[in-house]
Amino acid sequence: MHKEPQTTIEGSAPASGIRAWIDRRTGIDALLRGALDEPIPGGARFAYIFGSGLLFLFISQVITGVFLALYYVPSADHAHTTVAYITKAVTAGSFLRSLHAYGASAMVVVMLMHLSQTYFYGAYKGHRELLWLSGCVLFSLILGMAFTGYLLPWDQRAYFATAVGANAASEVPSVGETIKRLMRGGNEMGTLTISRFFVAHVFLIPTCIFAIVAAHIFFFRKAGAAGPVDEHPTAPVQTAEMFYPRQVLMDLSLTTLLIAALAFLSVLYPVNLGPPANPADTQYIPRPEWYYLPIFQWLKYWHGSLSVVGVLVIPGIVIAAIIALPFLDRSVERRPWKRPTAMTAYAVVALSLIGLGMRSHYSDRADAGVAQQLVKQDEEEETYMSKPFEPELSSASLAASNVSLGDPVAAKGKIVFEGQTCNACHGDGGVGTAAAPALTGVGKKLSVEQMQHLLSHPTDKMTSGGMPAVDLSSSDLTSLIAYVRSLQ
Amino acid sequence: MCAFTEGESASEHRGAATGNTDRRSFLGVLLGVGSALVGALLAVPLLRFALFPLIRRTTDVKFSPLGPVTDFASLSEPVVRTIEIDQIDGWRKAVSQRAVYITKDRAGKLLVLTSICPHLGCTVPWKKERNQFVCPCHGGTFLPDGTRVSGPSLRGMDALETSIQDGQLSVRFQYFRQLVSDKEIVG
Repeated sequence: MHKEPQTTIEGSAPASGIRAWIDRRTGIDALLRGALDEPIPGGARFAYIFGSGLLFLFISQVITGVFLALYYVPSADHAHTTVAYITKAVTAGSFLRSLHAYGASAMVVVMLMHLSQTYFYGAYKGHRELLWLSGCVLFSLILGMAFTGYLLPWDQRAYFATAVGANAASEVPSVGETIKRLMRGGNEMGTLTISRFFVAHVFLIPTCIFAIVAAHIFFFRKAGAAGPVDEHPTAPVQTAEMFYPRQVLMDLSLTTLLIAALAFLSVLYPVNLGPPANPADTQYIPRPEWYYLPIFQWLKYWHGSLSVVGVLVIPGIVIAAIIALPFLDRSVERRPWKRPTAMTAYAVVALSLIGLGMRSHYSDRADAGVAQQLVKQDEEEETYMSKPFEPELSSASLAASNVSLGDPVAAKGKIVFEGQTCNACHGDGGVGTAAAPALTGVGKKLSVEQMQHLLSHPTDKMTSGGMPAVDLSSSDLTSLIAYVRSLQ
Repeated sequence: MCAFTEGESASEHRGAATGNTDRRSFLGVLLGVGSALVGALLAVPLLRFALFPLIRRTTDVKFSPLGPVTDFASLSEPVVRTIEIDQIDGWRKAVSQRAVYITKDRAGKLLVLTSICPHLGCTVPWKKERNQFVCPCHGGTFLPDGTRVSGPSLRGMDALETSIQDGQLSVRFQYFRQLVSDKEIVG
């Protein structure tokens, strides 16, 4: 369609200069023209800014996430230490982590606004079924990102909230228990759970989001912008305005607002890290993040044989209705005041969710015992945050200092081991290095006689690896072997 | 791409072409400059975050105790001692062990040598029968006081900073640049 040369951003592509050189090789001008000269029936509006706001937030999450991964280690041993390191030691670490955490909440908020705008404007109508469906998938993927990312700091809050979240899966009849075990990587929450959540959070879900965002934008461009509520969904008649520049500027104003809001929040109220997860803590009261509170509250009401209805049937109907919306609502009428059923349904679902969330919040405040414990948990986080960063003692150094040298022969052997510089290749405490294998546990595999023979007559493999024959007095050799056999 | 008819889009574009081209390119520049500024502003914390390990002040290496000076008074040849040094390795603290030699210089003063060869960093053992340090990697040899005798090393074995307090000898372990003729601390 729009073929006239004067529709381009700054006229047609220049014939000379750097831009022309690049354009001849990339066709960048045509690409830009295609991207920016999207006609919007009825003109640019602030109502349409949420989609690109979401895209910006996602990119921001990817960037901050990649940087956080510079220091993060996904294992039960180190996850909390590395997040503490990021939060307390690394420059701008607390800021970036807060930006990432608040960014997650902002994504949920902007996503709900994007969804509501599409719903109110009837922008899912008229050949837009795939656009709506891909949006539904993105909705669940973003909630999945929020759920999997929440566990990664492995503090008390993360551990217990995720334990409850994963338990909710087991409420699903027959397959629930299997789903739960799959998510956790076993019966208990542990280091395998972190690995699984990390892989989902960093590889699987983001890949799906990239792919489906591309499809979502493709479907959007294919169907065209829907325009205002009194516009026909498939055959717009109102005068169109190009996406660039006014809509771009409006979109950018939301982006700027989001940047400013997230940055101010991150500086003024940095996200806390609590004490490390302690599964043995029986007092801890887990509470999910605000966007999961309604579901959390909802599940409280359903027990026993009725739980199938509450956990599966009712949410199933609501979710199926939402997904099937463009197939169920086939009329071309888009004005909200002419769509009483759709608006009532929206109000019922929205008010239920808000009501459930508020009920959860206020029932916690009403119960003195719970409120007290929640305050205590917050205080514990504050206390933990006020302490300086404590580096983790590495396991190799623990092994080296833990060698039991109660046996004086082995103690003498340690001096021989170091005097012969065996530790130069085999590592302190025989933990092994890149140059030579670990000697820990070798006493379980070889007898004293075998070790004596190997030390004085190394095999070809040992010699080629740089291990010389050991020439020692017999008492030194005995001590050395006793020491090496003591290494665990 | 969209459901517009040619006529409608053409009339729209004609309006855009006559009056708005200048305004559009001005807004384009404004957008570009604005985005670049915001991007640069946001890049600052990201860079500070990523460069943290390079700009952080390294912690002081503490002295490690070696024992009473009297233990080494009648030293006839170098003796090896293992010291423990605390290394901060990012978010973890590694207590690692390093071997040092206690020996005497020509004037008979106590001297502590690192066991790391100044050539390529192999651990150098003391060979009693040759009365020399002999590096197992490239055959460098050194006198009991660390002076270079032969081999590829460009300097003798490196002496470490020592201190004697209340009759207790202690040493500050440091690493030195290899393959150069002058002793140069690297951390």
